[in-house]
Amino acid sequence: MAHINLPEGLPGIRGPMAFRPETAKHLNELAEVLLRSENSLSRGERELIATYVSYLNDCFFCQNAHGGIAQHYLQCDMSFIDQVKEDFQSSSISDKLKALLRIAGSVQKGGKQVTLDQIEKARSLGATDREIHDTVLIAASFCMFNRYVDGLATWAPLDRSIYVERGKRRAEEGYIDFDVYK
Amino acid sequence: MAHIAVTEGIPGIRSLVMFRPETGQHLYTLAQTLLRGESPLTSAERELIATHVSARNNCVFCMSSHAAAARELFKEENNIVNCVIVDVNSAPVSRKMKALLNIAGKVQINGKTVLPLDIEAARTAGANDRDIHDTVLIAATFCMFNRYVDGLASLTPTDPKAYEEMGKRMATIGYSLPKPVNS
Repeated sequence: MAHINLPEGLPGIRGPMAFRPETAKHLNELAEVLLRSENSLSRGERELIATYVSYLNDCFFCQNAHGGIAQHYLQCDMSFIDQVKEDFQSSSISDKLKALLRIAGSVQKGGKQVTLDQIEKARSLGATDREIHDTVLIAASFCMFNRYVDGLATWAPLDRSIYVERGKRRAEEGYIDFDVYK
Repeated sequence: MAHIAVTEGIPGIRSLVMFRPETGQHLYTLAQTLLRGESPLTSAERELIATHVSARNNCVFCMSSHAAAARELFKEENNIVNCVIVDVNSAPVSRKMKALLNIAGKVQINGKTVLPLDIEAARTAGANDRDIHDTVLIAATFCMFNRYVDGLASLTPTDPKAYEEMGKRMATIGYSLPKPVNS
């Protein structure tokens, strides 16, 4: 049971978003710009960063919700997403994305954990300032979303295939124009 | 020096939102709604939660600026702020505020560490669902802001005067996106 009285039957962040639409609006607008709007990082790459950080924060709802969306964009299966979460170094993602995931992993521990070496490595593999900025902010924002979802003990479906189905829909609807109750 | 090419001399998060106003605008409206919008918690109390979480995340820029804002808002009771930074348990705040700061401290570690007994303690001390919701989201949000500010190694002023000015602005004007500087 959630720590506060949330509308029933809404999984994960949708409960608190329905509880407090005034803050939900800004959270969704932030997610839309960070994860979907025009960017040299693909939507799939950005969702992978979100998934990886949510995995590190052990947030079941967010890692599966965003893993499902990433799966849709990247047209891959769940085992690929799981491999990126558990050992991205040996996965087939680009070296640049690996360097960005290393930065995201440091941000998850704490902002000061990001090293100059990590930044230089990402840059040597072609990452721009904008991409480094967005990687840090995506990672930081999921340190928020994950804590919001788990800090209120929201409910999450355990069947992981539900999130894959849902991922398609979120990819199509985006983060702004959707009904939180549906 | 910051990890990315932001405008020199601009401190902390201001330099980052000027670099990327598309995300910055939503970060500022989120902060304004959470810290100044309608809530059962006063703006001073909410700034105190922001300060406490930023101190625990060792983010000097966010801790110092939000502490300065909280001091402005607490007025003659502004000694509360330093007491909370040093030790919540002995700080001269209400039982309810202590219970909420305890929840915020746990959110800072990880959402899952907030237990039903922490929530129960806050409720016994008079907290309602909105108090608890706002506390959790403010704490979570500062786990983002702190990582954003330090993860990109933005400028952290060392002169306490700089923070006093920021605190005054935050207490009066609130949070509005800084205008870009023409370079």
